[in-house]
Amino acid sequence: MKGYLKYFSGKLAWFLVTLVAAFILNFILPRLMPGDPVAIITQRVVQGMTSQAGVQKVYEQYAELFGTNKPIHEQFIIYMRNIVQGNFGLSFSQYPRPVADILKSSIWWTIALQFPAIIVGWLLGNTLGALAAYLKKGFDKVLMPISIFISNLPAFGMAVILLVIFAVRLKWFPTAGGYGFDMIPNFSWDYIKSVLIHYQLPFWSIVLISIGGQAIGMRAMSIYELNADYVKYSRFLGIKDRKIIGYVFRNAMLPQITGLALSIGTMVGGALVAEIIFSYPGLGSTLLTAVMGQDYPLISASTLIITLMVLIANFLIEILYGVIDPRIKAAQVE
Amino acid sequence: MLHTIKEVFRSPKFTIGLAIFVVMLLVVFIYPLIITDDPLDIIGLGTFFEPGIYVNLYDGLESKTYVLKLEDAAANRIASKLGEQERLDIQEYLLLAGVPEEEIDIEDTEKLLELWLNNYDPTVRFPGSTSAKRKYYARLDASLDGLLSTEAAIIAVKNEETGELEEKSLVKQDDYVNVSKVANVRVLPLGTDNFGRDMLTELVSATGVSLRIGLIAGLVATSIGLTLGLLSGYIGGWVDDVIMFITNLFIVIPSFVLLVLISYSIGQEQRGASTVAIVIGFTSWVWTARAVRAQVISLRHRDHVNLSKLSGHSVAHIIIFDILPYIASYVVMAFILQISSGILAEAGLSILGLGPKTTDVPTLGLMMNWAMIYSAHIMGKWWAYFPVIVVIALISFSLNLMNTGLDQVFNPTLRD
Repeated sequence: MKGYLKYFSGKLAWFLVTLVAAFILNFILPRLMPGDPVAIITQRVVQGMTSQAGVQKVYEQYAELFGTNKPIHEQFIIYMRNIVQGNFGLSFSQYPRPVADILKSSIWWTIALQFPAIIVGWLLGNTLGALAAYLKKGFDKVLMPISIFISNLPAFGMAVILLVIFAVRLKWFPTAGGYGFDMIPNFSWDYIKSVLIHYQLPFWSIVLISIGGQAIGMRAMSIYELNADYVKYSRFLGIKDRKIIGYVFRNAMLPQITGLALSIGTMVGGALVAEIIFSYPGLGSTLLTAVMGQDYPLISASTLIITLMVLIANFLIEILYGVIDPRIKAAQVE
Repeated sequence: MLHTIKEVFRSPKFTIGLAIFVVMLLVVFIYPLIITDDPLDIIGLGTFFEPGIYVNLYDGLESKTYVLKLEDAAANRIASKLGEQERLDIQEYLLLAGVPEEEIDIEDTEKLLELWLNNYDPTVRFPGSTSAKRKYYARLDASLDGLLSTEAAIIAVKNEETGELEEKSLVKQDDYVNVSKVANVRVLPLGTDNFGRDMLTELVSATGVSLRIGLIAGLVATSIGLTLGLLSGYIGGWVDDVIMFITNLFIVIPSFVLLVLISYSIGQEQRGASTVAIVIGFTSWVWTARAVRAQVISLRHRDHVNLSKLSGHSVAHIIIFDILPYIASYVVMAFILQISSGILAEAGLSILGLGPKTTDVPTLGLMMNWAMIYSAHIMGKWWAYFPVIVVIALISFSLNLMNTGLDQVFNPTLRD
């Protein structure tokens, strides 16, 4: 048990450290900027207001809300206390709706869209990459240039192309939204069907983007492993090809899992922009409305939630890695 | 050294990538020399003019006319107003108006028009017909007016004294003008965007700006990454611990989030293209730092480095002459990738509305952002978004191809 325990507690400690760092960054970055953020926010909110006393009042209210009239360490304590209580303040652009409420309605859309898409893309990409490495020649020659080209399309580019072909031209799928615009979320069959239809294009655009990069990485890893000494030795011993391939891919897979953990942040960022193209009701679109509406509390809370999601995903992948990494298993036996 | 460069150019992938990239660079530099218009000039009154050759109608009337007897001219003229779809629409209307189906022959233009003239009544409302449909039929009716006439059109000018129209010239149906003889002709190969700017000029200028953003972002990221990687790998000890702690933190905290937070905090007015580029550079150095450190650690105890140490060379000397040459190829590859990811990052930020300020210069991301805001993709205005996507994909494709080519030269196991 010692090997596992050491590995897992190490990962957990690291997760907590990154969590704290994420909170600090989220707190400090907007405050590091030159100028008085509250003054800027007030200026945006009171556009068109003429009463000087009114402007002053608004300023004081926001200063109170963000606690900018207090010393910085006290501000941080207020900030942390609010987060722990799930209190992100009120949204500016959708006043008086609480930010937590807006996020609650969009976060599940993003989770349900992105995580299956990234996992499916990862699996497909690795399978194709491994096949390309093993089959070489024809398959490799066709697949690689396509993968390289596709992985170079930005996620939003792929989203626009799929949208134009399948939604605007062929009209197979709707162009926008997470469900029919004439529906109210409920558990009826119609609603679920509508959600599934709206799900397809955003899902496949993320899958296609992640396939390319993963396939290239897996191909390189597999080629490296196929040339390793243990493969040559096994061949020499007369072990069946199929069995060797099994070993090779298991070994090539491990760095790919680490790769997924490390690149998941970038992938989520790209996928959020793809969500915007489809007006999918997830965090990406929320972030867009927040930026457009100069809604500082909503931006701050969305970025924090996105960071949290990525950190948790990262932590889960690391745990999974620990379970399947033979070296940690080996430490167990000793 | 020379041998390595030769080897690099022998890689087809690198050469193709470089060729695409150089062609794009050449276009960016040469195009503004030939067409000197300001890329942000609004020339079109209206949104999304289609690509094509725009001939000034007034000058066209003034220029010399040529008579060409072309057989299919009349047929083409009718087809442009009365195509397949219009004929079907007319049939639908006539059926609603109670004309028996066997009387309608949509192939016979003359009969169809006669039926239309006799039956079309703009005041009638059929049950279930939308007002959009009614307006459509009114427009169709206006465009069909005089379709079959063979008379010449009269160009008249107003007499300044009496206010009466006086015939100035006749435009007959077989009159032609030579486009090269018309005083004002403007070619818009990619049409105009939502503001009425020339798309091609804007796109070329935006490509230049985006490449500059990528370059600045890449330079900033590579220099930070290289410095931190060298320090951390070569000095080791607590310096290494601190740097690696920070690096690992920024690897898991998504750079996208940092970009959004910083860009928003800077504010729209202060966000020039270079500022955005520097911000992108500051959030994307982590990979370079990590990889450089790993390479430096493996180099640190090689014989030639030890020998250099024994000879009493300074740390700076050892790093520059004994370590840098060995990691140079890697650093160049990382730099190339950072240019392309910098361009993508700018595009993503701009779509979120956090890109460079819009009044200054066009960038690929901003063009994409405007096309999306004006739903060019839904309305089928392909020229407003598709060329932008193609340029972004071409830039990152060529850079990645160069990178893969270099990788194969320096890592022989990856060769085909």
